[in-house]
Amino acid sequence: MSGGPQTTDAAPVLAIEGAALHRDGSELWSRLDLELQPGEFVAVLGPSGSGKTTLLRSILGLQQLSSGSIRVSGSAVQRGDSRIGYIPQQRPLPPDISLRARDLVALGVNGTRFGLPIPRRGDRERVDALLEGVGAAHYADRPVGLLSGGEQQRLRVGQALADRPALLLCDEPLSNLDLANQRGVTEIIDRERREHGTAVLFVTHDINPILDRVDRILYIAGGRFLLGTPEEVLQTHVLSRLYGTPVFVFRAGGRLVVVGVPDAETHHELDEEAATTATAILPGGRA
Amino acid sequence: MNPLVDWGDVFSFQDYGQLLALLSNSLIAGAVLGLVGGLISTFVMQRDLAFAVHGVSELSFAGAAAALLFGGSVVAGSIGGALIAAILIGVLGARARDRNSIVGVLMPFGLGLGILFLSLYQGRSANRFGLLTGQIVSVSSPDLGWLIGISVVVLAGLLLMWNPLRFDSLDPESAAARGVPTRVVSLAFMVLLGLIVAVSVHIIGALLVMALLVTPAAAAMRLSAGPVAVPVLAALFGFVSAVGGILLALAGTLPVSPYITTISFLIYGGCWIAQRIRTRVRRIG
Repeated sequence: MSGGPQTTDAAPVLAIEGAALHRDGSELWSRLDLELQPGEFVAVLGPSGSGKTTLLRSILGLQQLSSGSIRVSGSAVQRGDSRIGYIPQQRPLPPDISLRARDLVALGVNGTRFGLPIPRRGDRERVDALLEGVGAAHYADRPVGLLSGGEQQRLRVGQALADRPALLLCDEPLSNLDLANQRGVTEIIDRERREHGTAVLFVTHDINPILDRVDRILYIAGGRFLLGTPEEVLQTHVLSRLYGTPVFVFRAGGRLVVVGVPDAETHHELDEEAATTATAILPGGRA
Repeated sequence: MNPLVDWGDVFSFQDYGQLLALLSNSLIAGAVLGLVGGLISTFVMQRDLAFAVHGVSELSFAGAAAALLFGGSVVAGSIGGALIAAILIGVLGARARDRNSIVGVLMPFGLGLGILFLSLYQGRSANRFGLLTGQIVSVSSPDLGWLIGISVVVLAGLLLMWNPLRFDSLDPESAAARGVPTRVVSLAFMVLLGLIVAVSVHIIGALLVMALLVTPAAAAMRLSAGPVAVPVLAALFGFVSAVGGILLALAGTLPVSPYITTISFLIYGGCWIAQRIRTRVRRIG
């Protein structure tokens, strides 16, 4: 593990206190406390349906927590907070969409401005700098519909960084990408938090691409959660206690596989990541 | 033996100057609608609303027919019908699949209602088909003023929310995350769309509105992906279709609409061929 949070006296970038989430009348989890310091990289792991995405949407102000408070740099969040950047999951854009690479990034710069669509001074430079930063300068003027998933995802990262956010929320940004692009996109995010102290909250179902970058892991499962360093959390006995059923953590060649996560909760991941998750390779690993 | 088509009906430039002066207001209305319709068509394409446009236009027709029957203002009736349809589709059809089924249900209902009102209507029969196939030449001057005014309002609304509307149309998930008020923007857009559909119904008719509200952007998108080039080209194509159609129609005795739809179609065909040639050249080169 490298980097690490920069200690500061100022308010944490993200402070979640006593958060609870109910869905369809029953409690998903409660009493979640989480603080992110500037430059900290925290991964959120857990099976589908455990409320990871809802947590991100609550921080974005798009959804309400059942209870609890969320503060960003000391003040309450509101919808469209420019201190927060958001990277969604890669979904291919339609091939005939009338948008060039630079336009997708530019939406992050000017997309929320009402009023006559007159470019402001500095917009173009900002977009060029963002394109440069995510390694997209050489395809800046190509239609996005013709770009690969990895190229499109770099643009989404560029768009999310448009306002130089203090907090970067990532919702499965690496899924549907090949290994080289997973590494590339991770590197851009990691560099941003090192160079600019951006705190990163990264929802993922596969920890491996970011294992050597994350400072801490928030693991949500079965209505409970764990928060700690990867060494603390990704242990056979720790995860077994969390799931309430024997779960095994294996390390092999710098990669890590979790085997035996209950089927029902991982059902969705089977479709998505059949090739890489151990739960898919060894289904029904219940002991 | 009489020829099947008398070309003097299609093109005849006798007394052209006088006709032009007489119809200058129609021409202005056509020009404004062409420009605004072309602009809004880029969003119709981006938001996948082509079918919805058709549905809105049929309810606009029903509203106009009701006004004709009950003696109200036909322009107001068409606006009322269009706004009801547009707002219904906007509220109930946020997702594409829901939207298509709602439009599919509304469209025949609107068309049937309109036909019922028209068949009950005892007045001049020229008005009947005019609403379906266009009647700009017979729109009264005060009504033309209204149509131009509404088009200008739509233009202003469109320009004022241009960037957020674009963000929401192209990348809705990120737009919501960045705080674009997506519901408000979507609904506002449907209202603008309803207004411009109502205007189009009077100029080229309920059945043909897509020639000005869909085709221009569909053609422009064949040529470019630029954020400025597409709307500018679409507005230009809409303008050329509407104004060109009216100018040509003045030279004959046929209705305006076929000229507009034909020009619009030819522009699309030209853009399609241009795109094919360009991709082939790129592949070879």
